[in-house]
Amino acid sequence: MKRIIASLAVCAAASAITATSAFAADQITGAGATFPYPVYSKWAQSYNEETGVQLNYQAIGSGGGIKQIKANTVDFGASDKPLTPKELSKAGLMQFPTVMGGIVPILNVKGIKPGELVLDGKTIANIYLGKIKRWNNKEIQALNPGVKLPDNRISVVHRADGSGTTFNFTYYLADVSPAWKKDVGVDASVQWPVGTGGKGNQGVSNYVSQLKNSIGYVEYAYALQNKLTYARMKNKDGKIVSPAMENFQATAAGADWKHAKGFYLILANQPGAKSWPMTAATFILLHKDVKDPKATKAVLKFFDWAYKNGDDAAAKLDYVPFPASVKTLIRDAWKKDLKADGQSVYMGS
Amino acid sequence: MTLVNNRTKAHDETAGEFQRPPRFLNGEAFNKTFKWLSIGAALFILMILGGFFVSLTIGAWPALKQFGIGFIWTSDWNPVTEKFGALPAIAGTLITSAIAILLAVPLAFAIAIYITQLAPKWLRHPLGIAIELLAAIPSIIYGMWGLFFFAPMFADYVQGPIINLFENVPILSTIFQGPAIGIGMATAGIVLAVMILPFIASVMRDVIDTVPKRLKESGFAIGATDWEVTKSIIIPHCRTGLAGSIFLGLGRALGETMAVTFIIGNANRITASIFAPGNTIASTIANEFQEAYTEIHSSSLMALGLLLFIITFIVLAIARMMLNRIST
Repeated sequence: MKRIIASLAVCAAASAITATSAFAADQITGAGATFPYPVYSKWAQSYNEETGVQLNYQAIGSGGGIKQIKANTVDFGASDKPLTPKELSKAGLMQFPTVMGGIVPILNVKGIKPGELVLDGKTIANIYLGKIKRWNNKEIQALNPGVKLPDNRISVVHRADGSGTTFNFTYYLADVSPAWKKDVGVDASVQWPVGTGGKGNQGVSNYVSQLKNSIGYVEYAYALQNKLTYARMKNKDGKIVSPAMENFQATAAGADWKHAKGFYLILANQPGAKSWPMTAATFILLHKDVKDPKATKAVLKFFDWAYKNGDDAAAKLDYVPFPASVKTLIRDAWKKDLKADGQSVYMGS
Repeated sequence: MTLVNNRTKAHDETAGEFQRPPRFLNGEAFNKTFKWLSIGAALFILMILGGFFVSLTIGAWPALKQFGIGFIWTSDWNPVTEKFGALPAIAGTLITSAIAILLAVPLAFAIAIYITQLAPKWLRHPLGIAIELLAAIPSIIYGMWGLFFFAPMFADYVQGPIINLFENVPILSTIFQGPAIGIGMATAGIVLAVMILPFIASVMRDVIDTVPKRLKESGFAIGATDWEVTKSIIIPHCRTGLAGSIFLGLGRALGETMAVTFIIGNANRITASIFAPGNTIASTIANEFQEAYTEIHSSSLMALGLLLFIITFIVLAIARMMLNRIST
């Protein structure tokens, strides 16, 4: 109950703020995904110091971001879950990615050091389906010939709240496991066959560090900053990779953004020797038919600035910036897709 | 503005003698306005209550239309296939609340009896205040304490031994089944018990205080012990009030959100084991409302909210009715 009221209050507050910002071009309002919130606020702070323009970003969740931009109460929406080309055209929206991150399996098994254990998609899917019940299961043992695994029950930990992280995680599992695709499926929250749910990355990592013999998944930045015991992964090419910045970048560079209609591309299970299988991008949503050119111009200016000047700040917060080639594609899409009275809103940088 | 100024002035100058406030404040006109303002404020509360019900029903309508009354007893909660049923959440809510009531009521009654009957006079007041302070601790603190301190201890020293003890006993082995992870419905129920204990105890204390002194004293006069007075005089005299205090505690336990979300394990499944993770109505809403993408998903959460609203409303109404009967 309290939570509903709080959410409604947030929505009301968000719309109240936009109502005023529509008149002042030195304020941009956005709402949505929580995952990129730290980097957007860091960018906003630097941008404000340079230009005096203020970005008001409300991290109300991807679902909320999509709702808000559809209702036209914010200048831009943000989502970890890309909309399909069909959904985009139905709502009259366009989307583009800003930064990427990785999703990392974390575990708490006595005697296993960070990076010591190797897992692949199918094994993780079977653990989360409840088919693999113990750590010394032969599927896990086959991936880790030299590692001594205990004969203990695995405690599965997942996200309790709906989240883009879960969307990307389940997307990957469905991609590698037909059983997962059939029995569970892909969404921001799913009907988990087994396990315990923690709220947010914080909740999942709390549970994993407390429950013996547990496994969970969190965003890379989170695993890194909290020094959690992570696992390495066997990727699509059959190579064993570590969750590291360079591997996420390799994933993005290898991905075919050029042919992804409406930037609908999920970076799970990408080919490439260095590719990390659970990489995920986060997206911005804008109306194609621009009603308020001034506001949209301000939004584009901000992200244009961020693509040019924000890579270091992003990397410092353990986000992965996009390569230049993808940024060019994004700017082309701005020019092509965003029109007010038939005129392009984006004039180039 | 003038009203306030006059008041403060009057107050300042009355150091020596009382000065009458200006006449118009006592006038008939003001009295009428005051009366209507009060009525308006009271009606406003009722309007808010009604507004809650109406807006929740409107929000829940798409889900109620699609799933019908079966929403209450189906156990799917699947955003992928867009099939939603409230049974796991309802079951989790009732089980955790039942555990909480079972644990809290005997303790609360003992506390109330000690404070009102047995404790030395000088200790009664401080003890009463301590209990009321316990009630003022924000629920998130209970949640954190539950997760970081209580759950690991519970897993190691209580769950593990209990699971081993009942391993070969039919029925009990099912109820106390599963890995000892310390997080789940039993943990949530116990923490809820600690949370509602002070509420029940302080209401019970007030209720027991209404027992006329001469009744108790005549009991003692014919040689009854403390326990006999409690059993044969106090309990029969304030049965309804005691039951009302239990319902009041139950009302709080049903709706508790944050503390439960921390420790219940948030799994939308029904299991026979009370050590297994589960979910309550309130914690499901808290977890999923933000990221409910589809209309039917958010509408189903609204329907859960409506259910909780109705259940707690009925429980608290019963509590009030029972408590009112004792005070008159």
